[in-house]
Amino acid sequence: MKKDIILSGVGGQGILSIATVIGYAAIDSGLYMKQAEVHGMSQRGGDVQSHLRISDKEIFSDLIPFGGADIILSIEPMESLRYLPYLAEDGWVITNNTPFNNIVNYPEVKDIETEIGKVKNHILIDADDIARSLGAPLSMNMVMIGAASGSLGIDFSKLEAGIKFIFGRKGDEIVNKNIEALRAGKSFSENFLKK
Amino acid sequence: MEKMLLLGDEALAQGVIDAGMSGMYAYPGTPSTEIMEYVQRSKTAAERDIHRKWSANEKTAAESALGMSYAGKRSMCAMKHVGLNVAADCFMNSAITGANGGTIVTVADDPSMHSSQNEQDSRNYGKFALMPTFEPSNQQECYDMAFHAFDMSEKYQIPILMRLTTRLSHSRSGVAVKEIREQNELKLPEDKRQFVLLPAIARKRYKMLLANQEKFEHESEMSPFNKYSDGSDKSVGIIACGIAYNYLMENYLDKECPYPVLKISQYPLPRKHIEKITSECGSVLVLEEGAPMVEEMLKGFLGNCLNIKGRLDGSLPRDGELNPNLVIKALTGKDFSMTPVPEIVAARPPKFCNGCGHIDAYNVLNEVMKEYGDGHVLSDIGCYTLAALPPFHSINSCVDMGASITMAKGAADAGLFPSIAVIGDSTFTHSGMTGLLDAVIENTNMVVLILDNSTTGMTGGQDSHAVDRLVSICEGLGVHKDHIIRVTPLKKNHEDMVRIIRQEIEYKGVSVVIPTRECMQTLKRKTKANK
Ligand SMILES: Cc1ncc(C[n+]2csc(CCOP(=O)(O)OP(=O)(O)O)c2C)c(N)n1
Repeated sequence: MKKDIILSGVGGQGILSIATVIGYAAIDSGLYMKQAEVHGMSQRGGDVQSHLRISDKEIFSDLIPFGGADIILSIEPMESLRYLPYLAEDGWVITNNTPFNNIVNYPEVKDIETEIGKVKNHILIDADDIARSLGAPLSMNMVMIGAASGSLGIDFSKLEAGIKFIFGRKGDEIVNKNIEALRAGKSFSENFLKK
Repeated sequence: MEKMLLLGDEALAQGVIDAGMSGMYAYPGTPSTEIMEYVQRSKTAAERDIHRKWSANEKTAAESALGMSYAGKRSMCAMKHVGLNVAADCFMNSAITGANGGTIVTVADDPSMHSSQNEQDSRNYGKFALMPTFEPSNQQECYDMAFHAFDMSEKYQIPILMRLTTRLSHSRSGVAVKEIREQNELKLPEDKRQFVLLPAIARKRYKMLLANQEKFEHESEMSPFNKYSDGSDKSVGIIACGIAYNYLMENYLDKECPYPVLKISQYPLPRKHIEKITSECGSVLVLEEGAPMVEEMLKGFLGNCLNIKGRLDGSLPRDGELNPNLVIKALTGKDFSMTPVPEIVAARPPKFCNGCGHIDAYNVLNEVMKEYGDGHVLSDIGCYTLAALPPFHSINSCVDMGASITMAKGAADAGLFPSIAVIGDSTFTHSGMTGLLDAVIENTNMVVLILDNSTTGMTGGQDSHAVDRLVSICEGLGVHKDHIIRVTPLKKNHEDMVRIIRQEIEYKGVSVVIPTRECMQTLKRKTKANK
């Protein structure tokens, strides 16, 4: 088992919480892991990314090779495209479809969606909307993990355990909301792929 | 044993704590900042009362660490690569004074300049100073080398250079930890003149340093961090330094590497291993994250004796970071394919945070400078450097910390009027103060803006030595009281600030204007913590 995942988004969107939950679940499953700290201008609205590598064997490079990523998991649609050079031929682009528009030359949303559509394996999800409808707008990141859960190679229960571990201090209500969001992301992907 | 999940920076920090360090000294700088931040958070460091406060700059950090070593205890200083330029005087000379308690100089390099002005390779400083140098290839080695480096430092009474690079500093992995060691007792050097570099003493100590080189080489040959793995195909031998080793092995996950590989993580170069690989192999490919230092050493100036491949012959790019793809391409000649980034993807340059006081300060400055045109503002390094970008286009330089004031002075000396310096509060106490003294002595006609957000913003909000001290520092340096003016950078004060800066431009002498308003990020963090 080896999964190479690029996490991407815009500074301040919180891709770190995604890395932390998946990372915890990977370690809890007895796997090796390497995870790059969020790279980029995290506080200043610039593009940010992190390389997350999980394997049942020793991992060497801290960087995912170009053409080697199994998944690009992005919480912003244009940002998912920025890392296409890393994507393996049969890799997945799983991205939130809510644009984070903080620049004057942000492209047309339909053009972004066309480009994402050109990737053979992709899931486009309105994670913000799903999180909002659960009454937990801050859990958008967990919806995204759920959406990717089918291709992570980690038991779903381990992801839930990761959420419990990371949000445990904030009380049961927050934990449950986040787990609900995780599950909602999962069922969205399952339905999306049935279509 | 349970493993800890640590960044390379953190693994080194945990390593020095467990190896009995008594004090750490540092000035923030990407990608080294997390080392000190980890020590500051560490419960063990608190229980053991390990010194862990930020220093004013890298030079004061390096000297304090050397002082702790003088007193017999183990110490470390840490900085980013350009910080070693600031600390270079102490660094070079400390190779000659030597150490008493074990001491490590940690420098995190930033090849590809993700957040730096250049990509200088600190291993060159190690070679320059004739100092043993460690270059871990993974997080576990970061941890283990802390013990090894302190031991070697105490065995030979020599400081050790520890070189990290961005990708290792900032990547997390599982690390197995060892039993924690006691700190050293206070114990002065046996030779009370060891640290007195008067020429007569320095000459003696320099000869000792030279004589020790052979022993350092032997240590490298015996080092567990330098590893020779033989291969059946001797057409190429591979020398892989630091994390370049990982980029090589990444290409041999499911099969064995057919070529002899020499992994190097400790310098000076292990002579015996180098002799073996160069004599047995048809050619040698050198993989280094940074400058082609080893490659140049092996190749020599004329390059007419060995068949050496690397960054100098075009097998690898001359600059920038390595990655697994570049390495396999250099080895096999086969190019790699990748999906291009679609053209519609737009750049997202970093911006000032919403509400940042720097925005208000630059709006004022831009209005004042309209009269004089572009080209009068010498600036410095920090968040406020973002004003070089659109829409501000306010500043004309960013060279090294502190250079704004001294460059503005030089430009004023050349006749530039007005000559304006813009510097941050932490940068000012790092190395702006001495330049301001130069200007005061000559009563240079210039205006210095110290943008005071009361933190070291760019690197994530570390404490700034300048808090509550800027006015008294400027007064102490001799700036006239009437020309040290604090203002609050807010929209409502715009007109006032414009008037003040105009007035100070007209004053023939040194003026310091200090727009003061807390950084939005630290403010947010404080408000959150108080909830
Ligand atoms: C010699 C050196 N040390 C450290 C750094 C890293 N660095 C860049 S800007 C900066 C801090 C700037 O703080 P301040 O002057 O207060 O400005 P702010 O970012 O808060 O606006 C640091 C530490 C560097 N570039 N060079």
